[in-house]
Amino acid sequence: MTMLRSLATTLRIITYNKVGFLGFLAVLAIVLLSFVGPYFVELDTKTKVDKIYQPPSQEFWLGTDHQGRDIFSQIVHGGREVIEVAVIAAALSTAIAVTFGTLSGFAGGWVDTAVMSITDIVLTIPQLPLLLVLAALIQLNNMMALGVLLGLLGWPALLRAVRSQALSLKERDFVEAARALDLGTWHIVFREIVPNMMTYIIVSFALAMTGAVYAQVGLVLFGLVPFSGSNWGVMLSLAWVRGAIFYKDSIWYIMMPVAAIVILQLSVVTMTRSLELVFNPRLRTGE
Amino acid sequence: MAPIIEARHITKTFGRGKEQVVAVDAVSFAIQEGEILCLVGESGCGKSTTGRMIAGLLPPTAGEILFEGRPISQMAPEEYRRYRHAVQIIHQDPYASLNPVQTVQQILVTPLLRHRKVDGPSGARKRALELLEIVDLTPPEDFLNKYPHQLSGGQRQRVSVARALTVEPRFIVADEAVSMVDVSIRVSLLNMLTRLKEEFHVTFLFITHDLALAKYFAWHGRITVMYLGRIVEDGPTPRVIQDPRHPYTQALLSAVPEADPELTRRKRRMELRSADIPSLLALPSGCTFHPRCPYFVEGECDVNVPPLEPISEGGRVACPVRKSEPIQLLA
Amino acid sequence: MTLSTASSMANSVTWVQEGETESRPPLSLRDVHIVYSSRRGPVQAVRGVSFDLHGGESLALIGESGSGKTTLGLGIVRLLVKTARITQGAIRYRRDGREMDVLALEGPELRRFRWKECAMVFQSALNAFNPVIRIWDQFWDTARAHGWSDRRAVRQKALELLRFVQLDADRVIDAYPHELSGGMRQRVLIALSLLLDPQILILDEPTTALDILTQRTIMDLLRRLKEELHFTMIFISHDLAIAAELADRVATMYAGTVVELGPSEAIFYQPRHPYTLGLIRAVPTVTGGYEELYSIPGSPPDLIDLPSGCKFHPRCPFATERCRKEEPPLEKVGEHHLAACWHWTEVAAELGRTPLHRRTPNA
Repeated sequence: MTMLRSLATTLRIITYNKVGFLGFLAVLAIVLLSFVGPYFVELDTKTKVDKIYQPPSQEFWLGTDHQGRDIFSQIVHGGREVIEVAVIAAALSTAIAVTFGTLSGFAGGWVDTAVMSITDIVLTIPQLPLLLVLAALIQLNNMMALGVLLGLLGWPALLRAVRSQALSLKERDFVEAARALDLGTWHIVFREIVPNMMTYIIVSFALAMTGAVYAQVGLVLFGLVPFSGSNWGVMLSLAWVRGAIFYKDSIWYIMMPVAAIVILQLSVVTMTRSLELVFNPRLRTGE
Repeated sequence: MAPIIEARHITKTFGRGKEQVVAVDAVSFAIQEGEILCLVGESGCGKSTTGRMIAGLLPPTAGEILFEGRPISQMAPEEYRRYRHAVQIIHQDPYASLNPVQTVQQILVTPLLRHRKVDGPSGARKRALELLEIVDLTPPEDFLNKYPHQLSGGQRQRVSVARALTVEPRFIVADEAVSMVDVSIRVSLLNMLTRLKEEFHVTFLFITHDLALAKYFAWHGRITVMYLGRIVEDGPTPRVIQDPRHPYTQALLSAVPEADPELTRRKRRMELRSADIPSLLALPSGCTFHPRCPYFVEGECDVNVPPLEPISEGGRVACPVRKSEPIQLLA
Repeated sequence: MTLSTASSMANSVTWVQEGETESRPPLSLRDVHIVYSSRRGPVQAVRGVSFDLHGGESLALIGESGSGKTTLGLGIVRLLVKTARITQGAIRYRRDGREMDVLALEGPELRRFRWKECAMVFQSALNAFNPVIRIWDQFWDTARAHGWSDRRAVRQKALELLRFVQLDADRVIDAYPHELSGGMRQRVLIALSLLLDPQILILDEPTTALDILTQRTIMDLLRRLKEELHFTMIFISHDLAIAAELADRVATMYAGTVVELGPSEAIFYQPRHPYTLGLIRAVPTVTGGYEELYSIPGSPPDLIDLPSGCKFHPRCPFATERCRKEEPPLEKVGEHHLAACWHWTEVAAELGRTPLHRRTPNA
């Protein structure tokens, strides 16, 4: 019962910021489209030579591709993998960064030195070349694996930022009061310090997601990741290879996945404005 | 009976080598249960550092702190935990002392549940309401769901006190606890603290730079004056305020502006030899006040560190030159 | 030709020639209203303040948070934030037989007014200095912004002023702000405010956040400004002690208005407004023996949603139905003494029954 009530409260708070609410709705729409949509829209795999590169029409809402297949159905089916990889990558890197960044900043001493050394090493590894090398060595066709990999590479920058926030927060009076009340390190780190960094964390999560999406698309474009199916990255890659940007009629084929990706990124980032209000009560003026 | 808190030659140094600062230098004092001791001094005198060492938040570099007669460095873990619960701290800044993303209820319920002072969340809520009543936040139900930024400075300080009370402390260190609160509210906060002392037998270490407040709050207690990490004078409040013997105490009392035009006119000015405040990195030799002291005796004050010695009128004074010379503060 | 006469020869069209002004006060405020806009609604920070500031006098504006004192001070020098507006009222400034309407000033004339005529010294100097430039550069930049070009003359004057505020001028002038202590910075700020020979000084919490002994040196300096140079000054503070020490007249402010105004002795020994009385009873002295203190119950009102009638009535022990309905105007309660209270005579009677502890230090 209280869960439902707090869910309702959270939704109400999200509406406080108009732009953020729009972003939230857009994200919801894209998620629904990509996860629920495929059950309702069948993927068009039939080659129709007479319908190549059609502009949007009643029959084909977003036009057709180089094989006469419906772009709209491909868009509907193409989001799921992209979103899943992005979420896995962002969640993993944020979790690592927050946990170890806060612990490192709070504990200090050898823990801090050890964590920072590892961070500095990973930070200097160039991501794209590493991925290129890995792609050459192993088959990156498992989407989950790609997500995990991106997650394992993306945490250092956020960890450093989280750590410096933790360093400054731990000197605050209310943290000292928590120590005086003997509330325990776990509580202090996760209930006192981390909640005060939430704005930073959600923004970083959003940016990690966008980074992961671009990384995926980039990998597909390079031909390193042989994804099957029709995720947006694959669509983009195929369209590019086919030179779809050079013809007036075929431009829909390349613009649609680009638009889908850009709308996803934009709405995730604007949604953070509302999420900030959920996590930081001080920003909710007029309550 | 052993004093509830005793400090024996406690010292705190920060930094290393050339950058070393002795914030507190071999300070000793004892506080009896139910007493109010005020620690006064200007910034850099070490009073806050001393307070935090007493509260167990900062380990002394040297010396010993005793709780109920037992040295805390020798305490078994269980005993040490009891000491940490028994000694709580209230901070100066109402805007920084409460977690901004927690409601008053969360702030109070967390320690209650963690230390099993109540049975379950409903018991915790009930106790939280009781504590809010004790600190005069009425009606208490109105305050439970508020976030700190929705409360005034005085209200926030009261929540801080309520939070400290969740673990049933026997001793509270109030570090400039009313300095950042409106003048007209200060008195009611201090009266609330006095009530806590009387009803719940809480002993107080009240740290402040405001001598007038110290006089009011600790009139039946004692005042200790610190300068650059050392105690220069202490004793029963009426004696220290009306018959100060250490030149620094006298300088402070004569420098404080009074909210009364006639007292202001009648106050006798004390001229100091120098307006420069020594840095903690380069402390003067002997008595650290000597470069500014109008009673400076060459060869004595710049050479020997004056011992803190008792005087018959009550308390101790660290000035062999002037400890037996009363002065007139008012013309 | 000295620096000061050179600068005062600048012509300005807003000056209006007037007849004899020796008896006219340098600063007059009439019914000034200042409103901030905020998400929740308009914040009535200052509601109808009127007073005259006489030449050579020190006026203390005393109030706590939400009283409007700082807003008023900023309003006088037109340094309010963009979200605040002076919606009503007049501020007139007079010097050497000329008068100007402060609210009508714009651009370079406003800038001239702000430092040359009426200088404001902000609280405790920590944020008032640019940390990466030296003190001398602060002086030179200020002088240059007001049209002075003789570098040597400005430096000479800066050194004079730094000596006047009892600093080691040669060392301080080339120092960076962080090399100076809080007290020294406050003194530099005061020296800087005197650079262009203003007629009026407004000081906002000049001694808050300073240590006792440092505070004393600043207070002594301000005393010298008052007694030796006869500066006209406004002190804005929550600290009654600074008023007792330096002010000729005291105005207590509450919820945006002046609730009592009078000579220092009258305010401290014969207050007539319950808020003033409450403040005095809440503040202890050090050398005055032990006194019972009383706090004022409740808290300052929400400036967006003010109570009806007298804004102090929810906290006032003398409040009656009339106080809930009508806001009292300032009326004469003694020689040069005004108070805004329907029941000021009862306050006087109360004082007769239970006098303040003042004047009996060894009670």
